[in-house]
Amino acid sequence: MNIKHIILALLLLVPLIACQHQEELHSQGSSADEAVQGDTIIMGTIADASNLLPMLSTDSSSSQVAGQIYNGLVRYDKDLNFEGDLAQSWEISEDGLEFTFHLHHDVTWHDGVPLTSADVLFTYELLIDPKTPTAYSERYKQVVKAWAPDPYTFKVRYAKPLASALISWGMAVHPKHLLDGVDIGSSPLARAPIGSGPFRFVEWLPGEKIVLERFENYFEGASCIKRIVYRIIPDLTTMFLELQSGGLDHMGLTPLQYARQTNTPAFKRRFNRFRYPAFAYTYLGYNLKRPMFQDKRVRQALSYAINKQELVDGVLMGLGKAATGPYKPGSWSHNYNVKRYDYNPHKAAELLTEAGWVYADGDGVREKDGVPLVFTIVTNQGNDQRIKSGEIIQRRFQDVGVKVKLRVIEWAAFLKEFIHPRNFDATLMGWTIPIDPDGYNVWHSSKTNTGELNFIGYKNSRVDELLELGRRTNDQRQRKKLYAEFQEILAEEQPYTFLFVPDSLPVVAKRFRGIEEAPSGIMHNFIRWYVPASEQKYQR
Amino acid sequence: MTLYLAKRLLMMVPLLLGITLVSFVVIHLAPGEPTDMQTELNPEAGVELKDRLRAQYGLDKPLAVQYGLWVRRLVKLDFGTSFSQDRRPVLDKIIERLPITVLINVLSVGLILIVAIPIGIFSATRRNSLFDRWTTLLVFIGFATPSFWLALLLMDYFGVYLGWFPISGIKSLGYDYLSPGGQVWDVIHHLFLPVMVSAFGGLAGFSRYMRSNMLEVIQQDYILTARAKGLCEWAVIGKHALRNALLPLITILGLSVPGLIGGSVIFESIFAIPGMGKLFYDGVMMRDYPLIMGILVIGAFLTLIGNLLADVGYALADPRIRNS
Repeated sequence: MNIKHIILALLLLVPLIACQHQEELHSQGSSADEAVQGDTIIMGTIADASNLLPMLSTDSSSSQVAGQIYNGLVRYDKDLNFEGDLAQSWEISEDGLEFTFHLHHDVTWHDGVPLTSADVLFTYELLIDPKTPTAYSERYKQVVKAWAPDPYTFKVRYAKPLASALISWGMAVHPKHLLDGVDIGSSPLARAPIGSGPFRFVEWLPGEKIVLERFENYFEGASCIKRIVYRIIPDLTTMFLELQSGGLDHMGLTPLQYARQTNTPAFKRRFNRFRYPAFAYTYLGYNLKRPMFQDKRVRQALSYAINKQELVDGVLMGLGKAATGPYKPGSWSHNYNVKRYDYNPHKAAELLTEAGWVYADGDGVREKDGVPLVFTIVTNQGNDQRIKSGEIIQRRFQDVGVKVKLRVIEWAAFLKEFIHPRNFDATLMGWTIPIDPDGYNVWHSSKTNTGELNFIGYKNSRVDELLELGRRTNDQRQRKKLYAEFQEILAEEQPYTFLFVPDSLPVVAKRFRGIEEAPSGIMHNFIRWYVPASEQKYQR
Repeated sequence: MTLYLAKRLLMMVPLLLGITLVSFVVIHLAPGEPTDMQTELNPEAGVELKDRLRAQYGLDKPLAVQYGLWVRRLVKLDFGTSFSQDRRPVLDKIIERLPITVLINVLSVGLILIVAIPIGIFSATRRNSLFDRWTTLLVFIGFATPSFWLALLLMDYFGVYLGWFPISGIKSLGYDYLSPGGQVWDVIHHLFLPVMVSAFGGLAGFSRYMRSNMLEVIQQDYILTARAKGLCEWAVIGKHALRNALLPLITILGLSVPGLIGGSVIFESIFAIPGMGKLFYDGVMMRDYPLIMGILVIGAFLTLIGNLLADVGYALADPRIRNS
């Protein structure tokens, strides 16, 4: 075995070695830079959690905290492939309808009770119980049968294959022994959860902080970091000042903070900055019920008229990528070979003229049959990036003879009065990008009813077909092909002008080691982060 | 007096009901519903989830019925359960945020009084002097300065650059391990900047009131009499003028009673203080009707009580009113 192989073998061993106790370390006299236990990480979060029973909350603060307290059966690994969580392995039947999960045997809840397949079955029953006020029931209703043949096996059966079935079992497993027979809506676990994850709940001071502590008997090995404190700081500027003064160890930066305020040697001595594409994109969506947007050439022209790189530079300080479709660049479902709309005002003008929109009366606005090309872009209040994008787009559209007004509306009124009743021309909005590429809810023509997500009214029979096939097969190669065609059609038709994918910009205090940037971000190996003994800041 | 008090207290009942009715109707007029947080733009929420949630919250009933049910609970002092995802009793949510809000407001009103009253007196007795002009300028700068901007400047200078004060929050991380004396000091340390900032903006109002009251009083005949009988200036101002000039402040203080439980959402967000302002703002944003109504009822009640206290206090302090 040559030296390269030995190193490789050692590297492979590393994740299996749990962090050492400080005393052991001293007795062994090993170097101070090894993974040791101890220290606290203080994370800044902008909003308080609402409910720490994961099936009852939909906000990101709650899921951030609950993610450390609970486990699902499966999860995405750092490269966004499936891996076992509570399940050490799983099988899918030939026809793709039956899933069998084999659970780890040595998992206990934080109160010491063993976690078994009965808990998983109970979680499923809770999810489909009409009395449970959960927003996640939809996917579980497709299950025809779920059962637990023995304490460490859980099986489900579907009527039709469902591509997102596997990841739906990433839902946190809830403890049966504490929730059985009680009204989940009023369970004290919402405020003082008991899970199975690497951290157990300690304290929650509403609006102030949430404290978690390492669960010593965690089945994947106890975390190195002893404690997590989530500090609730509603203002991003304050959060940044706290970070600089040492009151925080981790926060997400704004593009402005990343580009202008943290690019100093003094800051970089104390913090590590990270940068990778976020799971989100911003788009300009056209209401396809409006006559002016029914011509594909008009939408294409508008896409050519927008300088996406200018938006990335101006709005995101360059910290993002121009988007070409609804998937994240770098993910398996993303198709790089779609029609691109690089900034080209001449082409935009050509296409508009071709579609019959011409300068007729010298007011600088194109018109067709006496109707000027004037419309309003609506967006929601409170999102500065969207408002700024709107202003830049307004200017670019004016260059090609399209007059645009920008209207900013409070969120609830925005949805109720404009989006759902289709009472808008164009809208600047964003979607988060789910890891599974199923875009059925946003693009399928059946999802155009009031309150549903295809509010631009997009209808394309081939897209419908592709989406139906795509969500009904588990074969990733097959799906990749289907979604590649789907993206080509979207790129050609431009029902949205896909604008940009912003970057996530987390920053972590330098004393934390073992952080590894991957397609999924930096949190995937959080329980293996550590602080060298000599640099530990919080002793208690 | 007792009859007067009883009458005033009885009058409060229909007034309070009227306030709640108007508030209840107005917040239900705003577009959006508490169920939106969970169901809007959420691909995983089923279509029937919304109806189910509305039924659970009682939102499917006519507005009049909802109001009736709400009042019936209120009579038993039950403010109901929050419609937000935590589903906690409204009263719990309010009570856990009250102490810090009241503490900051009391401290800042106290500080304002301590600073504004002397400023008002000196400005009035030395009208148009250099001191008068400079303090006028200063308090109006305080009045005009956006508190969030001032707060950020102070936080950056005292918190990051000098490191004298903590930047945000109300307690240190190791608060539980401190001695009782250390805990008190820790809280004072944290509250220093927020109280300063909130008091700075309030100086203008009080010092101007004080100044104009004082100016009016020192032109009265009895001040002339006091001077004529040869009292020293301190006795004239401090004893005869001040006591009369302070009277209108009772009214102002009475009216600021409801303000004690209110907070500014911007101010609380900047300093990361879990107070009433943020609670109310979040409640409104989520259309959390029971929480909004709970805070409004308490606010309305305190306003009415404050008015009453102001009237009674004024009567007690001023024999001219008491005897008329």
